[in-house]
Amino acid sequence: MIVFEPDPLVRIKIHARNIFPEECCGFLYGTEQADGTRTIYKILEVDNAKPGDKRRRFEITGKDYMQGERFAADNELTLLGIYHSHPNHPAIPSEHDRVAAQPFFSYTIISVMLGNIDHIRSWRLNDASQFEEENFSPVQINQSI
Amino acid sequence: MATVIIPTPLRKFTNQTAKIQVEAGTVGEIIDRITHDFPELKKHLLDPQGGLRSFVNIFSGDDDIRDLNRKKRQ
Repeated sequence: MIVFEPDPLVRIKIHARNIFPEECCGFLYGTEQADGTRTIYKILEVDNAKPGDKRRRFEITGKDYMQGERFAADNELTLLGIYHSHPNHPAIPSEHDRVAAQPFFSYTIISVMLGNIDHIRSWRLNDASQFEEENFSPVQINQSI
Repeated sequence: MATVIIPTPLRKFTNQTAKIQVEAGTVGEIIDRITHDFPELKKHLLDPQGGLRSFVNIFSGDDDIRDLNRKKRQ
């Protein structure tokens, strides 16, 4: 299960809406309990470095990854995953998302339909390098945000 | 003494260690040392010929070592 504290949840929704119709992306920071439950306390917005059309793809540079790990160390949190948005598409990872994904990370996707937050789902790679959905909480979407 | 920050996805190969202190003079020596201490890490960092895998980035401070090597060759 992945649990978002209110502040990071609001922030990823605002980021996704502000960047629409392009894909936003960023890092998720928090802690992981022994039972595997992940709690997200902070996020860090990252520039989508994908050259050209950013409406269907996102890319994070190696330097941004390095700075993301440094941010985790400075804040005594763990870099637990990456969020990104799917403008005018459901929050289901694409094959491109799967190929670019790394083990361990949670991949939280925000679906933005016509500029409004529609729904959020989160995924992780299994041992066969296929995405499996992880329980996401809270799941209530505040359309006013 | 160098401090190596291990990215989260690779920490299962370093017994969940996030930072490793290494006595070494060069990046090559650092890689040799940490892959000796954590052998499972080796196949994720290096290709069968011993070169750095294309998707692996190593930074010295804020500098990508590939950029530093490129500048040296220019």
